[in-house]
Amino acid sequence: MAGQSDPHLSLFSPSEVEFVAEDEIVEIVPNIRMEALNMICGDFGPFFPQIPSKVPLWLAVALKRRGKCTIRAPEWMTVERLTQVLDAERESPREFQPLPFHYIEISKLLFDHARDDITDAYLVRSLIEDIRDVRFHKVETGLETISGRTHAVKLKNLSAMEVNIVRPFMVRTLQAFYKHDSPQMIQQADNTGSRSTPVTDRGPRRDLRRR
Amino acid sequence: MSSWEDEDSAAASAAATTDVELLKRAWRNEKAAPEILHFDSALVSRAREQIQLLEETLDDFTDNGVDDLVVSLYQMDLDRTLFLLRSYLRLRLQKIEKYMAHIANSEDLLSRLSQQEQRFAKSCKEIMEKHLEQSVLSKLPYGYDSVTRQSLSSTEDDMVPEPQLDTFVFCKTKSDVGAFQLDDVGEEVVDLVADDLYVLRYKSIKGLVEAGRIDLI
Repeated sequence: MAGQSDPHLSLFSPSEVEFVAEDEIVEIVPNIRMEALNMICGDFGPFFPQIPSKVPLWLAVALKRRGKCTIRAPEWMTVERLTQVLDAERESPREFQPLPFHYIEISKLLFDHARDDITDAYLVRSLIEDIRDVRFHKVETGLETISGRTHAVKLKNLSAMEVNIVRPFMVRTLQAFYKHDSPQMIQQADNTGSRSTPVTDRGPRRDLRRR
Repeated sequence: MSSWEDEDSAAASAAATTDVELLKRAWRNEKAAPEILHFDSALVSRAREQIQLLEETLDDFTDNGVDDLVVSLYQMDLDRTLFLLRSYLRLRLQKIEKYMAHIANSEDLLSRLSQQEQRFAKSCKEIMEKHLEQSVLSKLPYGYDSVTRQSLSSTEDDMVPEPQLDTFVFCKTKSDVGAFQLDDVGEEVVDLVADDLYVLRYKSIKGLVEAGRIDLI
């Protein structure tokens, strides 16, 4: 319940973000025969040995852990594609490359449970880490540009986990700027400046209103 | 209803066909929104029915000696749905507890709650008021003994916690919304295209969240 204790700043706990990511669809190659599963979250299968099938990640991991299938690493999780993404990520300092919304969680789950199914796992892993670093650096430099004029921040292609990490700081910063730059407060500052008898101990930038 | 609204809801239902998807969206929006959102009774009762059905099926499975693997997979499916539903309901109860006085004062807010939630909000407020009255307020001097006001000179309820609608939220567009005005003056306009991710003030996109045209994340 850690994520629920403070609903204001970190809305989702990392495990809740992972929970959401586990519904992403991946392809598995079963080594058993199993009837179709008609589940609440959808219908999957029937499964036949060596015939690829699409299932949610949690189901894939559950079967993999019991040795009933291999998981096919998603198309974007290859050295070739990730190298391209990393290069593009480095070349465009103001944009994020399109990656699956849950790329961090998906790759983590696959590394934890299906490492042997990923070709060049070591390289893939370090590429993903590099991509994360480059992207996060962009987020950080982006934060420096926030000012009182910021009413909207565009973060196209930012992923779920990245959103979750940056959320507390971003929200607090924007709120602080918004509060101190609101027209009411600036007007208040102008008024006190032009008035001949200023109210002595009311600092123009101090918010005395009830929050 | 105009035609683009039809298209939108059609696109939305195509993107989220299962009730689990819908429940997940409701859960995420509820988590990310500062205020309490509208309770989708139909969705929750559908989810409850499916959970109950699967629970019964699982009992049959164990009686009929169905493969352990299959049983455990269905059990996981059940557990995941149960988690979503419980977390969603708890989340709403937390919000109600936090803003009970504020919610009780507004017909609009009350109408967003389910009947059980309305009962909860009402009794919660009564119990809390009674408790404060007995333990603190009755011992305070006249003029300072209101639950909702600091003193007699307060012109409005100034001790009722309210959700901060000015706060910023992360949101993702499902389809093109078009140029969208963020303030009343029309100075701040963003062009919301499909699959965009923005940090915006909750107050300004409230309508879009309620209409299901934008998802909070």
